[in-house]
Amino acid sequence: MRKYILKRLGMGMVLLLCVSFLVFSMLFLMPGDPVTIMAGPLVKAENLESLRVQYGLDRPLMVQYVDWLTRIIFHRDFGISYKYRIDVWSLLENSIPISLKLTVTTLIISMVIAVPLGLLCAYKKDTLFDRITVNTSLVLTAIPSFWLAVILMLIFAIKLKWFPLSGFETWKNYVLPISTGVVGGLASTIRLTKSEALDVLREKYVTTAYAKGLDTKTVLIRHVLRNSLIVITVNLFMSLPWLISGYIIIERIFGIPGMGNLMINSIIQQDFNVVQACILIITALTIICNILSDIVLGILDPRIRISVTGGDK
Amino acid sequence: MNESLAKEFLQSCCKNKNFILGFVIVISIIIFALFAEQIAPFPYDEAHPEDILVPPNAKYIFGTDNMGRDLFSRIIYGTRITLKVALIGAGLQLVFGVSIGLICGYFGGIADRMLTFVADLTWCIPGMIMALAVVTIIGSGLTNAIIAIAIVNWASYARMVRAKTMSIKNQAFIETGISFGENAISIMLRYILPNIVPILIVTVSMQLPGTIMSTTTLSFLGVGSQPPSPDWGLMVSEGINFISRGPWLCIFPGLALVYTVFGFNVLGEGLRDLLDPRMKSQ
Repeated sequence: MRKYILKRLGMGMVLLLCVSFLVFSMLFLMPGDPVTIMAGPLVKAENLESLRVQYGLDRPLMVQYVDWLTRIIFHRDFGISYKYRIDVWSLLENSIPISLKLTVTTLIISMVIAVPLGLLCAYKKDTLFDRITVNTSLVLTAIPSFWLAVILMLIFAIKLKWFPLSGFETWKNYVLPISTGVVGGLASTIRLTKSEALDVLREKYVTTAYAKGLDTKTVLIRHVLRNSLIVITVNLFMSLPWLISGYIIIERIFGIPGMGNLMINSIIQQDFNVVQACILIITALTIICNILSDIVLGILDPRIRISVTGGDK
Repeated sequence: MNESLAKEFLQSCCKNKNFILGFVIVISIIIFALFAEQIAPFPYDEAHPEDILVPPNAKYIFGTDNMGRDLFSRIIYGTRITLKVALIGAGLQLVFGVSIGLICGYFGGIADRMLTFVADLTWCIPGMIMALAVVTIIGSGLTNAIIAIAIVNWASYARMVRAKTMSIKNQAFIETGISFGENAISIMLRYILPNIVPILIVTVSMQLPGTIMSTTTLSFLGVGSQPPSPDWGLMVSEGINFISRGPWLCIFPGLALVYTVFGFNVLGEGLRDLLDPRMKSQ
């Protein structure tokens, strides 16, 4: 057990270091002078050298990397956005909670809708209900999320006028963005729940439960749902960072000032420090979520643990 | 391939409904792209200042945009961009993925471990974020967006080719080849590659819809095709500004994209059933 956790954690640390180095080296992979990239194109030529020393760009690469990483970890110092002329972290501080609020709500709602549907699909496998649900969700995945958002906007904000077009002040503003996110992720959650529940339905204890004379509802909820819920939950929370990156599009369409909107605007305006910080935070979050869900799954399901450590505990 | 085998294959193609439907849709898109000048009533960038934001009518089937350009013509010309994305995107991913996968699978060792590590690394970064990072580095534009998506997607090809190569390289006919004095390159290209072509075709057709969708999304976000290009993603994003006055500007380009993605999806499923029956159950 301990060996499994240590192995996963070690792997995670290596991945984090590699990814952070890649994100750090973006500055040097970009065409052009790093000083101009960090300080913006309006810097006067005679100030370039003094800025180079001020930013520490004259030092060896590895020294710069370690310095950059320690400043981020201990001081949350991501540098200064040259577009807004303020600390990058103060920009992120405002936008991250908005994105997190959206994604977590989306996750919970899509679970509440998709898990019962998936469970029913597994139970009524190959019936009309199963086929309709699975095919509808497949068709929905073929729709690009930006178009889905636009169509929802057209129907509910412009034709029916139920919800406002953009903004983020009241709960009504969140209905359309969250619906887009939920619909986009529905198919994969339904498929996941279905396959997980199908596995459980084949177990002997389900047959035993039926043999005891329990009715279908009790078996489905008490035995099948409970046993498949662990894996489903873990997998869903693992998809959180993916959702955040999916929300880049949704935030942009509905004008929500979340992290995705900040990132895409900064890319277009070439505000490098902000882009770097956003990419670093999202990728680090992804890796951490991956490792955590691996560990939780390993604790809950010995089969996964054994496949990694090769049998010994 | 002998004649009866080819005939049999064609017959099973005709029986597969998915394949036929996908094939017809994709062929229609190719025809639109090839004969855009003949099909489209106007050039894609021809402005009609007297007809701004006209709703769909007999002259402009899909209406006009804020500059009075005919939306239908723009969508027809847009098929060229989509096909370019599909061809170059899939080509780049194939070249990178197949060559790296072959080398790593055949030789193993350090190169192989490094590949697995890099593939793991790309696996755990959301694709959109990685594509945006690449676009930040190499700059905006359609070609750069295609390259960015290829850098995101090549790993899945490399993984698949690597696994296949490893399972093939221990078979007897490879040993025969080596004993004939064939060198490593010819073993890889003439012995192993032909054996993974069917599954490669399946993989390409399964990956294509995603490639088209991601590239269009980049264009939608403003880091892919730049105006006045008739890219469908760009057209939807420009249309959002006029969504109350001209909803058709958002609806039709999106429909075109859904039609294309659906066509490639169905074609992919049909091809998978035809070429790789074992994957059918998934």
